[in-house]
Amino acid sequence: MNGSEDQSEFDSAPGDAQAAGVEDIDGIGIYLAGLGLATLLTIVSFFISSTTLVWGPSIPVALAVLAIAQMGVHLVFFLHITAGPDNVNNVMALAFGLLIVFLVIAGSLWIMSHMNHNMMPMDQIMQMQR
Amino acid sequence: MSAAQAPAGSVDPYKIGLGRPRERSHAMEHAGGGLASKRIITGYGFWIFLLSDIIMFSGFFATYAVLVDNTAGGPAGRQLFDLRNVAIETACLLMSSFTCGIASIGAQAHRGSWFYGAMSATFVLGLIFLGLELHEFAGMVAEGAGPGRSAFLSAFFTLVGCHGLHVSVGLLWLLTMMAQVFAKGYRPDILRRMLCFSLFWHALDIIWVSLFSVVYLMGVAR
Repeated sequence: MNGSEDQSEFDSAPGDAQAAGVEDIDGIGIYLAGLGLATLLTIVSFFISSTTLVWGPSIPVALAVLAIAQMGVHLVFFLHITAGPDNVNNVMALAFGLLIVFLVIAGSLWIMSHMNHNMMPMDQIMQMQR
Repeated sequence: MSAAQAPAGSVDPYKIGLGRPRERSHAMEHAGGGLASKRIITGYGFWIFLLSDIIMFSGFFATYAVLVDNTAGGPAGRQLFDLRNVAIETACLLMSSFTCGIASIGAQAHRGSWFYGAMSATFVLGLIFLGLELHEFAGMVAEGAGPGRSAFLSAFFTLVGCHGLHVSVGLLWLLTMMAQVFAKGYRPDILRRMLCFSLFWHALDIIWVSLFSVVYLMGVAR
């Protein structure tokens, strides 16, 4: 492959199949494993959302856990993000991105739920406007 | 400088990065690494862009999560969502992510049949996904549950529509990549673009995972 020897020595680009030590058609195995795992997690997600076998309030938590697991599967098997030393830059960027995502979503939900909680009921506001 | 330290015939006696790759890498290790190859830099830069795109989506997700109960007396997700439709969409996008992986392997290995076949499959699957999503949107608008009906529906159309817009752009990019490989061959710069495209497409699938979990499945289970 063109210049692959100096790629494997240093960093690897995210999504580069060569990073996982495969250069040819053999790399399809990784994608097949990812497809299998992702399909399994998707089926479990759809099954849990419509079943009565599970305690109701636990369903959203289970769905969130399954979704995070599936995103992990996609990152490892499709985007080839690994824990190897050639992937440190990619993982650090991902960690920072996830921090911001967590702050935006959790912060918004936290603040807005408090504001909803402290807001006067709508009928009382209507009465004051009269 | 003795002859033992600089053997005769060596092009790089001080190991500063000249000569054969083996010696160069040795020098790089001790110097803390040199400049990475263009492919790595391009991929890393595109990875940063994708993360910023995901952060933008997190804003839409936060908006949706805050507004999901504000239906203004209109229909909630439970009445609107058809999980069978969503399951087909999910299967299409997951399969297309897989075929996109095959296409990038085919491009790396310079195998035309793999590349064009897998890219065509990816395109068809993406088109089916987009068609199903537009069909769902049209049905909702026809029922009077358009984006103007409630804050919940505004957030829903913004979030899901933004993902659909990304898929549309991805499909255009896919056609462009096929045309570029056809016209210019497997040149290193074309392969770098192909790397970016496959990253983009896989990232779209990751966003869809959180979308179908948070919006559709939790919306129906709610």
